[in-house]
Amino acid sequence: MAKTMQGSPKTKIQDKVSQLTDQVQGSQAWNSIFRPGSIFRKGYSDSPRNRSYVIMNSVLYHLHPVKVKRHAVKVSYTLCLGGLSFFLFIVLTVTGIFLMFFYRPTAAQAWDDIYTLQTSVTFGLLVRNMHRWGAHLMVLSVFLHMARVFYHGAYKAPREFNWVIGVVLLTLTLLLSFTGYLLPWDQLALWAVTVGTNMIGYTPVFGSQVRFVLLGGAEIGTDTLLRWYVLHVLFFPFITVIFMAIHFWRVRKDGGISGPL
Amino acid sequence: MTEVPEHLLKRAKAARDKAATQPEEAASDAPADEAAAPAAAGDSRIPAHLLERSKSAKARKAGGGDADAAADSGGGGTATAVATASTGGAVVTAGGPPLAAGPGGHTQRLLTVVKAGSIQDVKAKPQDKVHVWPHLIVAEFVAALACTSFLLFFSWFVNAPLLELADFNKTPNPSKAPWYFLGLQELLVYFHPMVAGVTIPGMGIFLLILAPYMDKNPSNKPEDRKFAISLMTLFLMFWAVLVIIGSFFRGPGFNFTLPWIDGLFFEL
Repeated sequence: MAKTMQGSPKTKIQDKVSQLTDQVQGSQAWNSIFRPGSIFRKGYSDSPRNRSYVIMNSVLYHLHPVKVKRHAVKVSYTLCLGGLSFFLFIVLTVTGIFLMFFYRPTAAQAWDDIYTLQTSVTFGLLVRNMHRWGAHLMVLSVFLHMARVFYHGAYKAPREFNWVIGVVLLTLTLLLSFTGYLLPWDQLALWAVTVGTNMIGYTPVFGSQVRFVLLGGAEIGTDTLLRWYVLHVLFFPFITVIFMAIHFWRVRKDGGISGPL
Repeated sequence: MTEVPEHLLKRAKAARDKAATQPEEAASDAPADEAAAPAAAGDSRIPAHLLERSKSAKARKAGGGDADAAADSGGGGTATAVATASTGGAVVTAGGPPLAAGPGGHTQRLLTVVKAGSIQDVKAKPQDKVHVWPHLIVAEFVAALACTSFLLFFSWFVNAPLLELADFNKTPNPSKAPWYFLGLQELLVYFHPMVAGVTIPGMGIFLLILAPYMDKNPSNKPEDRKFAISLMTLFLMFWAVLVIIGSFFRGPGFNFTLPWIDGLFFEL
């Protein structure tokens, strides 16, 4: 008893914590979650081999190789624009899912739902703001990413096709933003979309048909809202994810990001 | 310490023993009979005709025009060279090929003569690479964090617009498209809707897609691509200026206004 009293309580807590850590890190459950080489495994040490394992033995291997060219990690080269576009897409997905819990895409309910979301849902206004500003930011970052890639000549062989996919992704980003524009069902949404869709109607040969299909009628109404809602929350994100997968895969297959100037 | 396999140790020992006995024989042989010198040359595994060829080549290089003569006397030349080398005893540093050294009385053997690069051609130059973890992952994490905090703070202080309920009977003046389409709406002022809304943007997208196939210039250095860069800058500025005019300089009736006089007619 006297012995335990002598040991300072601080070391005892530290001992207990380290003991607990050992126990958790040694458990079957922990080791089944974190594969060999994970930084969360017991006894991880910083070595070239382990640095390789961190990527090789994690889901990140789908996105990143084990090593990249030294200049590729320079922020001044990429300005992180492509990665940030992808990150904003993720942020928009997360905030968008939150908004979906409080929104019904009918002309009678849509505006009221947004209003209620802003006034009586915890963090409702904040999340809606983040979704809105994040969308504008993504349009901007995708556009700047395209400019950056062009000015570095990064679209040249063997990356021609990835540039084409990038242009498709830029178009998809604009479509995602534009379909989301209608959903609040306020004066801004209605008339902005009216102006936009009137232009589609002028497409030669099949313009009026396309407009009819998009609007679900001759004029914007509650059917349009449902259509654009489905396009915005499912159809375009689905297509975008497929093209992004090909885009990222091609970045690696074409030899990583382009060389230094 | 790693265990060396038994058979390798044995082999090494045998080689050492052999190396210890051989030089003695060579040393005793060489001075014994001078006549055995050509035989010793034959014992060095470099074939005599190759030695002869290199000798004549050297002579030709040195003699220039006297190449033929040097070639004729080649045989004798080799013999003397070998003789001097062997009389030098076990001295390896003599001008000729090293003779008495190593277990077999020689240090190397010539297998074949090949042109440089015919066996292996190293194409992949070693690149200066860094590990993705931690170098790239940390940079990405910081960028994502900065982006999130910016978005969070901006969203905290600036509210997204929510105007009154949509009303088909109340057309706002002006009615504007989302900002990224305001360039097109600006074009609508000057062109037929089909041209402004379909042809020009369609051409723009089409040209962007074709850009890598039209640009045959392989360089990515800015000084080599002045034309491409100028063209793209013009293209981007064209849209940027149109969007800015459409956003800030168009008021009621989509007529021209100055934002610092009439105020903004712009909602994000």
